[in-house]
Amino acid sequence: MTTTPRRLASGIAAAGALALALTACSSGGGDAASDGPTDSGSLTVWAWDNTVEPIAEAYMEENPDVTIDVVNAGTNTDQYTALQNAVAAGSGIPDLAQIEYYAVPQFAIGESLADLSDLGASDLDGTYSPGPWTAVQQGEGIYGLPMDSGPMALFYNTTVFEKYGVEVPTTWDEYLEAARALHAADPNVYITNDTGDAGFATSMIWQAGGQPYQVDGTDVTVDFTDEGSTKFAEMWQQLLDEDLIAPTSSWSDEWYQGLGNGTLATLTIGAWMPGNLEASVQQAAGQWRVAPMPQWEEGASVSSENGGSAMSIMEAAPNKALAYDFLAYLSHGDGTAIRIDAGGFPATTADLESDEFLNKESEYFGGQKINEVLSQSAADVVEGWQYLPFQVYANSIFNDTVGQAYVGSTTLTEGFANWQQQSIAYGNEQGFTTE
Amino acid sequence: MTTQNVPVPAVATPGAPTRRRVRRGRWTGWGFVGPFMAVFTLVFLAPIAYSIYLSLFRKQLVGGNAFVGLDNYQRAFTDPQFWESVGRVGAFLVVQVPIMLGLALLVALAIDSGRLYGKSFFRISIFLPYAVPAVVAALMWGFMYGTRFGLVGNINEIFGISLPNPLSPDLVLISIGNIVTWSFVGYNMLIFYSSLRTIPTSLYEAAELDGANQWQVIRSIKIPAIRGGLVIATIFSIIGSFQLFNEPSILQSLAPNAITTYFTPNLYAYSLSFSGQQYNYSATIAIIMGLITMVIAYVVQLRGMRKEA
Repeated sequence: MTTTPRRLASGIAAAGALALALTACSSGGGDAASDGPTDSGSLTVWAWDNTVEPIAEAYMEENPDVTIDVVNAGTNTDQYTALQNAVAAGSGIPDLAQIEYYAVPQFAIGESLADLSDLGASDLDGTYSPGPWTAVQQGEGIYGLPMDSGPMALFYNTTVFEKYGVEVPTTWDEYLEAARALHAADPNVYITNDTGDAGFATSMIWQAGGQPYQVDGTDVTVDFTDEGSTKFAEMWQQLLDEDLIAPTSSWSDEWYQGLGNGTLATLTIGAWMPGNLEASVQQAAGQWRVAPMPQWEEGASVSSENGGSAMSIMEAAPNKALAYDFLAYLSHGDGTAIRIDAGGFPATTADLESDEFLNKESEYFGGQKINEVLSQSAADVVEGWQYLPFQVYANSIFNDTVGQAYVGSTTLTEGFANWQQQSIAYGNEQGFTTE
Repeated sequence: MTTQNVPVPAVATPGAPTRRRVRRGRWTGWGFVGPFMAVFTLVFLAPIAYSIYLSLFRKQLVGGNAFVGLDNYQRAFTDPQFWESVGRVGAFLVVQVPIMLGLALLVALAIDSGRLYGKSFFRISIFLPYAVPAVVAALMWGFMYGTRFGLVGNINEIFGISLPNPLSPDLVLISIGNIVTWSFVGYNMLIFYSSLRTIPTSLYEAAELDGANQWQVIRSIKIPAIRGGLVIATIFSIIGSFQLFNEPSILQSLAPNAITTYFTPNLYAYSLSFSGQQYNYSATIAIIMGLITMVIAYVVQLRGMRKEA
């Protein structure tokens, strides 16, 4: 009974359409049998996370009749574009796809993702830390299982702080003071870099208690004038006004150099960062440490999530039972150990609380038990945050609007107002009721 | 000597066969043109027709696909972001193209004058940047423009000065113009140079006999003779300016706040379809830009031809 409307919906509401958009309805998604054998068959997985491949190999070893083809279809937005095109075309759709938390609502509302509640995901309450677990839920449905998570923490280069006799900040007020002190001591040193990053800004607002996005089905509210958003905008504006933030884009060559040579003193970023530092900033091995995210109120212990991905089953996957079996293995089964060994940060509470994980001393971080800090952050994530069902688009215009404050032509507050206005316009255009 | 007897054609044969031959002739023509027409329709006409078709619909994340007539066009005509991007490439066209073509002409004349030592070395080294893929060129210049670790940063450090940031919002268009000029001077130079080589040397000899100096030769012989090449190069440059995409798209990752998602019309169309999934509106923008480019290129061609006549 449910197949017909579903097939129609998967055709009509498909998130994107380029060349073959107009033929999508007829070719449908091939949603036929939801329950196939779970011990044999083949699956195609789109993922750019490099631990998916070894996990798939381990799974195939245990299940010799299953073949899993892991395809790297591009990193984040590149992959989303490819995925949207495949969904619109109704062919070439993978069985599973890696989707970052902020993009899950967009694919879920397009009905491109399978609801996993009936496949067993509804029994998983408490398996994952609250941030990622909320992120994969949309309305009544569960549209993916967390692969990793990115509770935020303050990564800092301890030699820089020692050299200039500056205390590591525990509140955002102290952070501002430290930024001034470091930059005054050496004009080449900045507390951090930022050229306008939607993921960072939304995570900061999240920690400050802001909830600019409220989503209920297709009713969407965007409001960047709430207290949390304002707190962040005002504090960050001060840093920008005083030129205390390096105008270096993250992931650029300059950025890695700065992290290595001590001119970038801190990063407030997700718990997936240690692996990147170890791999790409060897120059500063032994110098970096991890501290809890600076707080808005002294003595508080509040944090937010930054980045991280879920793995979702596509609505068009023919054998969802098999796909779910692999997904469970990857997400909370034996696969998690493989990911943790490779330097990934888990979303599973069992791992986050295990002694082995917590007591692991990181050589790169001077022997610090960094997971203690990062796990605590995962537990301190503010609940109730929501992303827009068109966050991928909203993030793409962040630099057109809020980003203008970084080059001095406007303020962050005005930038957020512009962002809000353009996001609302887009939402209404796309058929949401947005205000 | 016998004269060959040419068989008398059609006139001699009775009515019926003539008609048959004419009919067959009609189809023979199509037979020859057919393969071309098929490819032409498939490769040129079909995509345009499909874009126009797309531009008449609107597909939403919620609510699906609907025919909206000319709504997308109406929206484009009042879209400030679109016209800002058109204005930007318009300004780029007015400033960058004359500079680039002027330089190319200067170099072509210098090489053609025969007074340059190491002529072929100059020719190849000026042409070489054109062989560098646009993406690589943009990346390379992007690194040089860096004020912290790039060439600009190094110059600042060595001389203790503070050059303005080439990737700031005010200067980024000029910086892009510099990259494009660097890439295409050699290409245009080659067009001009090859036109110059076709001028018969007898004209130069005549000019010499008349006592004309180099400047007079350039003004009265060389420039008029290569007008065709100038018109072609101008049209190519106009099209190139309106299609500006690679350079801003690459530099965007280095200067995300200076280069907006609607920096040039092409970049805007790209962002609309790949970040916003507004394929229909994106197709509309593409069609309007195509028309604008065609009109301007046509006007330039008409003007160029009139002068030539």
